[in-house]
Amino acid sequence: MEYDTHTKAEEIICRWDRKPENIIEMMHDIQNEFNYLPRDVLFEISKEARIPLSKIYSIATFYNAFSLKPKGKHRICVCLGTPCHALGASRIVNALERELNIKRGDVTPDMKFSIEETGCVGTCGLAPVVIIGEDLFGPVTVDGVPRLLKKYESK
Amino acid sequence: MKRYRLQLMVCAGTGCVSNHSVEIKDALDREIEKHKLQNEAEVVFTGCNGFCGAGPIVVVQPDGVFYQLLKTADIPHLVEEHLLKGRPVKKLMYSPPAEKIPIPKMSDIPFFSDQTLIALRNRGMIDPEQIDDYIARGGYKGLVKALTMMTPDEVLKEIKSSGLRGRGGGGFPTGVKWESCKHAHGDIKHVICNADEGDPGAFMDRSIIEGDPHAVIEGMIIGAYAIEKVHQGYIYVRMEYPLAIKRFQIAIKQAREYGLLGENILDAGFTFDIDIRRGAGAFVCGESTALMASVEGKPGEPRAKYIHTVERGLWERPTCLNNVETWANVPQIILKGAQWFSSIGTGDVSADPWGGSKGTKVFSLAGKVNNTGLVEVPMGIPLRDIVFKIGGGIRDGKKFKAVQTGGPSGGFIPESLLDLPVDYEELTKVGSMMGSGGMVVTDEDNCMVDMARYFLAFTQAESCGKCTPCREGTKQMLDILDRISVGEGTEEDLVTLEDLSNVIVESSLCALGGSAPNPVLTTLKYFREEYEAHVKDKKCPSHTCRKLNTYSIDEKICLKLGHGCHVCVKHCPDAAIIGERKQVHYIDPAKCSKCGVCYDVCNFKAVQVA
Repeated sequence: MEYDTHTKAEEIICRWDRKPENIIEMMHDIQNEFNYLPRDVLFEISKEARIPLSKIYSIATFYNAFSLKPKGKHRICVCLGTPCHALGASRIVNALERELNIKRGDVTPDMKFSIEETGCVGTCGLAPVVIIGEDLFGPVTVDGVPRLLKKYESK
Repeated sequence: MKRYRLQLMVCAGTGCVSNHSVEIKDALDREIEKHKLQNEAEVVFTGCNGFCGAGPIVVVQPDGVFYQLLKTADIPHLVEEHLLKGRPVKKLMYSPPAEKIPIPKMSDIPFFSDQTLIALRNRGMIDPEQIDDYIARGGYKGLVKALTMMTPDEVLKEIKSSGLRGRGGGGFPTGVKWESCKHAHGDIKHVICNADEGDPGAFMDRSIIEGDPHAVIEGMIIGAYAIEKVHQGYIYVRMEYPLAIKRFQIAIKQAREYGLLGENILDAGFTFDIDIRRGAGAFVCGESTALMASVEGKPGEPRAKYIHTVERGLWERPTCLNNVETWANVPQIILKGAQWFSSIGTGDVSADPWGGSKGTKVFSLAGKVNNTGLVEVPMGIPLRDIVFKIGGGIRDGKKFKAVQTGGPSGGFIPESLLDLPVDYEELTKVGSMMGSGGMVVTDEDNCMVDMARYFLAFTQAESCGKCTPCREGTKQMLDILDRISVGEGTEEDLVTLEDLSNVIVESSLCALGGSAPNPVLTTLKYFREEYEAHVKDKKCPSHTCRKLNTYSIDEKICLKLGHGCHVCVKHCPDAAIIGERKQVHYIDPAKCSKCGVCYDVCNFKAVQVA
């Protein structure tokens, strides 16, 4: 493991007192730090916090928030809440897929964008909603998708 | 404290922030400085106002002038006219959809005037990141009263006789729950705030936390005091709500600094603290036993509740779990008394705690209504009033079809039942439920088969997989609905759907499975003709199920308006559209896979659906 990764992992484990019951919180911080759960970091937690790797794996695959594969630099999440669905969220996903030439759940080859569907983000007044990184957009239209992506292409 | 002639309350809820309310505040500050009004007017951030569809919102106090849909370009004009010359700007005000007369005052707008505020009483009035703002509006007074003037038993009695019931959807009487937890054996007990608001289309809890986090914390402290032996509480917030998590963190820190959390609270010899746990994107964790498993650092799988969580919950200790809105009601009940609370609502709870629905309920109104946002109404109000009076009716003059309450666990309520009073029992009677308070309005353009399929796809994906009826049953139901929506359904499928539904309802381990078939059952009951159209005629009446549509291009529109723009050809994945640039285009039905992309991309609405 690289030195940098190692220190970051160590810091996160210490932040949560190495307590096994704080495993989900640790994994949140790792996901936020690395954009996914790197294999060697999970090994590190298993060793340091004394949690079997199988248990970590079961948590990582149970919860939608965690991913064992790297996500794009700009994570695009399309809200699939009811109001978003009723106002055509699936068309927005299709438009994003067309525009980026990848399927939902995938990452672009340059690792810039990934498309995901997410549970309701609770900004139903703005439906249909798309979240890119930490920015929230709504109401999004099919025509507006290329313009939306353009902002991030150069970033 | 400095006094100002005017205060400009800028909404900083998630909805308004994503529509650039931070930039609006900056622009206001700049303009105020330019006109040297710094000593007369102050600009402050507030929590969510609830009228999310109208964001970004600025309310000018003390007159309560309401400005909506603001852009930074509007600000110089607004400051000059209203702040400097005293002439409120009409064109930035709200006007009801039907009439074009602007309503200046927030309190006169039907969306606000028909509401009764208890849980949301501080909305838009305080800066949620300032504990002093909360205290100035009477915050923590309930706690002081409880800790200094009442015994734990008296607090419990007050909550019990108020008739408050669980606002997370189940409607279990809060006082009864507290009492069971109090009487349970154990030296260490816990309270939990369930802020894992997973229902799609529900955002009440998010707005309460973002707008008034201290109300929830105060409620939890009072609860811990009443139940006794509780020294540690947890707030379980879903990670999809980053702002809510941040507001809670700030609020807890401030409460600790003020001695309202920690050791020896208010010198009453009572110790209690709260920690936050982040959810990890699993809907099932809204279920109490799954949530507790998740707090313990396990996958969120529910367990059978032969022994209730009030006796054996978190780490096998007696645990009292309530929803955000339930906790937020508690301080007001203590402060104003059970009698005041139980004077609002339906039924009689003096003998039977299940005998009525008391107080108010917060709903998040969304979908095809004109005014989307958060509404708090007294229990017993007809659904029609919520959709048509507060919600301002259906968008674009379309026809109402159904209102969906209770999220994936609830059902669809048709127009014929709109006069139904909002009440735990009444909603359950018609096959839906109160739920956490999501209310999604659908219109004639929505297909009920598609909506039912949507909810089932949701519960299917979110089923934790522990029990077979939920894991396998919902999958079978979803397969059938998928078939129906592509025109491969049979009449027998409808019978199978009902049979499967009944089995799943009866035999699932937790409420996720037990209520998953509700959207299907209610749509089958009230909109059976739509299912039959899909099955018998192979047609989707609202043209939502695309595989059942036929697409064609209107030659006149294509040529006259679009001048044969060719956009559809570029996007068609099947190369099914024939036509040269500046010429009329045609769709070859033999090649068309009915994906509907042409319909989405045509800027001239030349693509016709039948």
